[in-house]
Amino acid sequence: MTLEYIVAALIILMIMGAVTALETDNLLSSIIALGAVGFLLAIAFLFLGAPDIAFTQIVVEILLLIILIRVTIHRDLKTTTAHRAMFGWTFAIVLIAFLTWFGLTVFEEFPAFGTAVMDRVADSASVTYIKEGLAKSGAGNLVTAVLLDFRAFDTLGEATVLFCAILGALAILRQKAHKHSKEKDQEADAA
Amino acid sequence: MIYSLCLILIGIGLYGILTKRNIVKIIIGFVIMEAGVHLLLILIGYRMQGEAPILQPGMKLSEFITRAVDPLPQALTLTSIVIGLGVLALMIAIAIRLYERYKTFDITEMRRLKG
Repeated sequence: MTLEYIVAALIILMIMGAVTALETDNLLSSIIALGAVGFLLAIAFLFLGAPDIAFTQIVVEILLLIILIRVTIHRDLKTTTAHRAMFGWTFAIVLIAFLTWFGLTVFEEFPAFGTAVMDRVADSASVTYIKEGLAKSGAGNLVTAVLLDFRAFDTLGEATVLFCAILGALAILRQKAHKHSKEKDQEADAA
Repeated sequence: MIYSLCLILIGIGLYGILTKRNIVKIIIGFVIMEAGVHLLLILIGYRMQGEAPILQPGMKLSEFITRAVDPLPQALTLTSIVIGLGVLALMIAIAIRLYERYKTFDITEMRRLKG
């Protein structure tokens, strides 16, 4: 029961960090507030018995902060306080209200916090992984066993998506092609 | 109750994506939303007095089965976190190019993007 309160307190701190990140005028401070959200998330993962995820989250959060600071440094740091047009606001309110209603309806079906879903399903995949993970894959860490043995194709797909995303980012950032397209644009503007 | 707090986090991210004008703020909203979803997935797999699903030497398997938390959502969340970083790098690359082109992060001033 105490763990539920600890995690709830961490999530409330994350919510405060998230609101700060979105509402601060200075972009650099909002990125640092986002970093606080990420590191609190890593602490919550540690409490919830997921050390592997916590490590990954810390590494990814550091890389994310480096990338985001790289984009904002030396650039237009002040943000406009004005919001988007009225249409955007009404749309946002309707969508968030729908999300809240939908979420609360779904959560009614969930088991209470602390009772695993895998216990309610007979022969669920997770129970099999826990029972036979060591014997079948030889890995003591079951998360690794699932990632690299039982669901290795999933990891292959992950690597593919990551490769495509990085390839796309490099293609967009490449200087040579950019110059070429710039000249073309100027020609189009002139004509 | 704790699931609803995750929902609030997701809602804040959605609010940022829909109402902010600065493109970096929109990306920040995306990251916040992602954090909420990951936390929700891990919370679903938790069980009371749970231990990390790591089998150490000297542990009894029968005891481990009753105490270990669900490894499946953890493995898939790990995948999702790494993919999130790749997608973020792609979004930032596009934002840098847009900045060089329009000299601003404000999406309302990027006239050519209007449909």
